[in-house]
Amino acid sequence: MTKITFIQPDGTSQTVEAENGLTVMEAAKLNDIPGIEAECGGACACATCHVYVDEAWRDKTGKPSEMEEDMLDFAFDVREGSRLSCQIKITDALDGLVVRVPAKQF
Amino acid sequence: MDVTSLTAAGTSVTSGAIETDAVIIGAGPCGLFAVFELGLLDIKAHVIDILDRPGGQCAELYPEKPIYDVPAIPVVTGQELTDRLMEQIKPFGAEFHFSERVETLTRTQDGRFHLTTDAGTEFVAKVVVVAAGGGSFTPKRPPLNGIENYEGKSVFYSVRRIEQMRGRDIVIVGGGDSALDWTLNLQPVARSLTLVHRRDEFRAAPHSVEKMRKLVADGDIRLLIGQVTTLEGADGQLTAVEVKTADGTERIICDAMLPFFGLTMKLGPVAEWGLNLHENLIHVDTERFETSEKGIFAIGDINWYPGKLKLILSGFHEAALMAQAAHKIVYPDKKLLFQYTTSSSSLQKKLGVK
Repeated sequence: MTKITFIQPDGTSQTVEAENGLTVMEAAKLNDIPGIEAECGGACACATCHVYVDEAWRDKTGKPSEMEEDMLDFAFDVREGSRLSCQIKITDALDGLVVRVPAKQF
Repeated sequence: MDVTSLTAAGTSVTSGAIETDAVIIGAGPCGLFAVFELGLLDIKAHVIDILDRPGGQCAELYPEKPIYDVPAIPVVTGQELTDRLMEQIKPFGAEFHFSERVETLTRTQDGRFHLTTDAGTEFVAKVVVVAAGGGSFTPKRPPLNGIENYEGKSVFYSVRRIEQMRGRDIVIVGGGDSALDWTLNLQPVARSLTLVHRRDEFRAAPHSVEKMRKLVADGDIRLLIGQVTTLEGADGQLTAVEVKTADGTERIICDAMLPFFGLTMKLGPVAEWGLNLHENLIHVDTERFETSEKGIFAIGDINWYPGKLKLILSGFHEAALMAQAAHKIVYPDKKLLFQYTTSSSSLQKKLGVK
């Protein structure tokens, strides 16, 4: 199991354990993390599972694909480290991953 | 409007209305398959959809994504599934009304249904099938403080008449086809036009991007890489927007903004038709998939019943049972003989294979 920490805009955080092979979005939904909507169910077809990957983890999570970049155009307040959490696959290498949930998904 | 008022209202029908057996609201996979199931029972249908093409979510959200749980088809993309359904329902000659949204649904004095769309098309039908999925696709509203106060007056998600934009200082936000098309179309009439996009790469068709780059190079429009953070104005009239860029913040004087952030699904007018709802879904029975209103059916993702699963295959099943019940309303005096397409020569004739 891999540990992932979600930090809310108000600073509160939740650490969950997730199975490798799932996506960070799925881990969030399974654990009822607020602020991750995933309207399209993980098809990289909306931008409502937007997260900011903590700086220390950006090398490990990598950069968004071209398709994901296109979808990020539909997200609000995109920053360095913005990713769609449905496109981050959980592996051992991500044990301890920290992501921030944006103030708004839309 | 409650159910009784819908029944008692007794709308009178104007002469320009299209008369048909069934109106299907939504051209997603379930709406399309409803054409098939109704067609086998000699029920003619008109199909209305807010998108400009068939397929619903399959076409809009995941045309290229694989679907693995359609029985007997190990893998199919959203677009392929749509294309195949269109081919399958061809023999029934359903008429499609795209880019229209059904606004009103009322019962007529003779017990049929009267529907109107936002384009002014009117229908009178014996049965109505709501196959509207997650609701109608509507433009996403950027979560900017107070944006709703400007909508319709100085913030627009679509432009009905180009003339209404003449002489304005326009800001267009986005990097897809809508943003680029409107940039190119409005540049000639605008007093000034600024295209704001979060990155210097565009999803839009390459030739539109090329044209836009040329306008920028010629000094006819401005391209600003950044994100809108604040709206300024009063009484619905925008006066400026603030844009966060790589170098800081920039304020752009403008009196119109067009944000293009894609589409989201909203239940929309369905909520006003007096049907019993369950958490924004239409409550139906599992024998006929009929709503609280006799003659109005709901199938696919938009309905709810105990055990409901939002699967395409469930919607197909619902369409088949709905059609049996619709037959009783459309042909009250005809006995319905259950038949298989494999062996029934009359069904095969309808399918055009005999």
